[in-house]
Amino acid sequence: MSGSIAPYLTLGAILFCIGLYGALSKKNAVIVLLSVELMLNAVNLNLVAFSKLGVNPSLTGQIFSLFTITVAAAEVAVGIALLISLFRNKGTVDVNEMDSMKH
Amino acid sequence: MLNNLADFFSSGSNLVFFFFAILAIGGAIFMLSFTRVIHMVLALALTFLSLAGLYVLLEAEFVAFVQVLIYAGAISILMIFGIMMTKHQGEEEEPRRPLHSILTAVGALALFGILFYAIQQATFPTAGGFEPGEDNTLEIGKLLFNVHVIPFELMSVLLTVAFIGAIVIAKREEE
Repeated sequence: MSGSIAPYLTLGAILFCIGLYGALSKKNAVIVLLSVELMLNAVNLNLVAFSKLGVNPSLTGQIFSLFTITVAAAEVAVGIALLISLFRNKGTVDVNEMDSMKH
Repeated sequence: MLNNLADFFSSGSNLVFFFFAILAIGGAIFMLSFTRVIHMVLALALTFLSLAGLYVLLEAEFVAFVQVLIYAGAISILMIFGIMMTKHQGEEEEPRRPLHSILTAVGALALFGILFYAIQQATFPTAGGFEPGEDNTLEIGKLLFNVHVIPFELMSVLLTVAFIGAIVIAKREEE
């Protein structure tokens, strides 16, 4: 493992695809948000892996992943606030019933 | 093949990688298969923690601790609060649209197939020596306040705006 980056990239791909499946198939909006977080985490794993095992190893990849984590935290805060507001107005967190902009 | 496997398990860091990778994938799979929402959040917290372990393995200690603090701590707790404030008996019922979920699974698997093929086909040049420095946190701090100071300050503005926006959105409106 010390010289090869492929296992980390494969693990990142597996986590990304599980997150994609969860985000597309789950019905509770909180779980959909959580699946998006899982996808962001897979990307972070790739960034950190390339920062050590890439062609030009440097700390920039870790700094980039720190920025990604910050943006993810902001995204979750706004997402949960939107969910709470939506639940107050419509009484549901089911993504199938959030269709007031559909027509 | 068996020789490769024996080589793989002879190295300690490979074993640690294998352990944390199994934990991460297991947590994600349990997230998909549990029916109660709170269990899903806890399973994903396990995934976040094992990813922090992988970051330590990759000599990114600061990112690992940030991962534990923000993902396993803050985001999981925020999600639990979200469940608490929206639906107390959070129970995921069976999907009513089997075709939709089958198509989603096929799409996700196809994406994984493409990614896996690309990773296997690509040849990565051998990495140069990684110099993390004596103190990972110190080096990251130096870089953050010298080279990346403008994105850092922009990030603080973004966080402030996002949190003020979250408070404004979630605030109960006066009748």
